[in-house]
Amino acid sequence: MTMTHTLTPPADLATDIEDVARLLTPDGERVADPELDRWVADVDAATLRGLYRDMVLLRRIDTEGVALQRQGQLGLWPPCQGQEATQIGTVRAMRADDFAFPSYRETGVVYARGGKPADFVLAWRGEEHSTYNPYDINTATQQIIIGAQALHAVGYAMGVQRDGTDQVSVAYFGDGASSQGDVNEAMVFASSFRAPVVFVCTNNQWAISEPVTVQAKFPIAGRAPGFGIPSMRVDGNDVLACFAAMRWALDNARRGNGPAFIEAVTYRMGPHTTSDDPTRYRDKEEVEKWRRRDPIARVEALLRSRGEFDGAFVASVEADADALAASVREAAMTARTRDPLTVLDNVYAEPHSGLAEQRERFGAYLDGFAPAAEGV
Amino acid sequence: MTQLTMAKAINEGLRRAMADDDKVLVMGEDIGKLGGVFRITDGLLDQFGAQRVIDTPLAEAGIMGTAVGLAFRGYRPVVEIQFDGFVYPAFDQIVCQVAKLHYRTRGNVKMPITIRIPWAGGVGAAEHHSESPEAYFVHTSGLRVIAVSNPQDAYVMLRQAIASDDPVVYFEPKRLYHAKGEVDLDVQLADAPPMGLARVAREGSDVTLLTYGSQVLTALDAATAAEDDGVSIEVIDLRSISPVDYRTVTASVRKTGRVVVTHEAAREAGVGAELIASVTERCFNYLEAAPQRVTGHDIPYPPAKLEKHHLPDLDRILDAVDRVMDRPNSLSGVLD
Ligand SMILES: Cc1ncc(C[n+]2csc(CCOP(=O)(O)OP(=O)(O)O)c2C)c(N)n1
Repeated sequence: MTMTHTLTPPADLATDIEDVARLLTPDGERVADPELDRWVADVDAATLRGLYRDMVLLRRIDTEGVALQRQGQLGLWPPCQGQEATQIGTVRAMRADDFAFPSYRETGVVYARGGKPADFVLAWRGEEHSTYNPYDINTATQQIIIGAQALHAVGYAMGVQRDGTDQVSVAYFGDGASSQGDVNEAMVFASSFRAPVVFVCTNNQWAISEPVTVQAKFPIAGRAPGFGIPSMRVDGNDVLACFAAMRWALDNARRGNGPAFIEAVTYRMGPHTTSDDPTRYRDKEEVEKWRRRDPIARVEALLRSRGEFDGAFVASVEADADALAASVREAAMTARTRDPLTVLDNVYAEPHSGLAEQRERFGAYLDGFAPAAEGV
Repeated sequence: MTQLTMAKAINEGLRRAMADDDKVLVMGEDIGKLGGVFRITDGLLDQFGAQRVIDTPLAEAGIMGTAVGLAFRGYRPVVEIQFDGFVYPAFDQIVCQVAKLHYRTRGNVKMPITIRIPWAGGVGAAEHHSESPEAYFVHTSGLRVIAVSNPQDAYVMLRQAIASDDPVVYFEPKRLYHAKGEVDLDVQLADAPPMGLARVAREGSDVTLLTYGSQVLTALDAATAAEDDGVSIEVIDLRSISPVDYRTVTASVRKTGRVVVTHEAAREAGVGAELIASVTERCFNYLEAAPQRVTGHDIPYPPAKLEKHHLPDLDRILDAVDRVMDRPNSLSGVLD
């Protein structure tokens, strides 16, 4: 079965954001979709509330990250406001023993896979390249080199195949990344070897200052079928559609049918990173248009219309968000920078005579400052 | 003469090169409306239009490979790689194609491509944003490799690089982007010293300190500090690290008899190793001490909070100066 939602070039090229599969309208009304419905037949109020809670908590981590950067506690922060439904909807469909390969902006993936407060801030503070052990949360270190992780996900999936399990690996990347050779090569390998991998392309309309039309004249989801990979283009601000599409894709992979591709059409509300100035390249009206499609408000409207958004629930989500934000802040504020000699740690897994000599020399050099340091 | 930051000097260099020769194109990620992440291409899109200021898809191999095709067609692309650590996806195109096409075609095809790379660390950046990959390019025959250290050189050498029929990898130390200096924008290229002549940045008589790009200011600071200690350091800013102007280098070494090299890049098989081997070949009989290297450690670039322990600073340079001067130093009695 090919779940290809669209293959024809739309009138408005890749910017035709309405040409998507959707289960929730921007007003939070539940609509039917012949392909997606069956994947959410079991989704009850509790599940929906869980998705809502996750999105609110993710937004709070993100807000805190931006604030900490502005206060000089972090070197940089890549905001993900607006992309909560894409991240939470897809990642919550995964099993704990599946493996995710996220990019720098997928804070929600790290959060949902079990990231701790320090995991959100210490790398951006410049204390560590990676805080968590990828094997603890089955999630690779967040990738900065655009597109590299797509190949890693395929290779991981090839390993899964050889081990004969039904796990799936997931590659997250942006619309900009879809231009990279690595991503295209990943699709070739995935298709050739029928690897159990899901590609989640977050089309947030921009790659720093470049609109998606610089990367793609057709919808990005339309590329995958050319590689022999079924694909879907979903509303990335609709958490239910993201959840459903991901369940379809994961199931497809688990049953041995090979890769699938999801293009989640969403929007980056903030700057690319805290160093970026989006006013140079995009206009306010566009941002405001997307603000009216807010993914969190959408679920809230649905829950409200069903009478499932009571005060106690709201209060508990708020309390959780406050507590999480406080712990993220504390992780940043209490960070202690490691000792100088630790720059030489972990370069190799086994002793290396060259580095051992450098350590000895650098240690002797540092010792020369020791008395002075004690006097401080 | 005008006071300009290095960033602005490079921007002016691009502007004038484009105005003078309509075959000059600039291309890269975010270089149009945004003016590049460092704003180096600011204003060029408005002045020259999208046919000459090309915002590319996010694909370094694609950018470099299409630059090769444009050069085949007679254009002179100036490619911006957004950050040092992102040049690797383009590496194959650079070392297999850009560097070799002139040779492979027995000189029939020219590759006048300038590859601008915001480079090296010291700015507290995220992973992959502070790398010093110069040795890979120096090791590749067919490429010229430039590393600038002040606004005037940045301006002149960029224009020379663009005018050169050879491919030039042009490193811009990002921690010096905002350093100001006098720039003569109307300098006639024909009158300027040829691209890559080394510069004696400070004269001295006891030790020759060889460096380039991002480390030049640190080296000059070290020379000032050493003076208080009674050691006179001659600082040579190589400006070109392929080819190296060995005339200037050996003249200095024959005078001082002592050599220290400093660069941010890792030590093993780095530019410093090449410099010391070449200086030793040429000046063995003049040397009064074993040449010393002060470099980054042989490690992946560390997280920002630890980078100060990786980058050679003034004290580490002075420690090496003590070694070549046979004064007490950190290694006294540590290693033979
Ligand atoms: C190989 C490489 N080239 C360039 C960059 C610089 N860069 C970082 S993010 C980015 C834009 C990425 O856009 P997209 O893939 O759409 O993801 P988004 O940031 O929108 O989530 C660029 C050009 C990089 N990190 N890696």
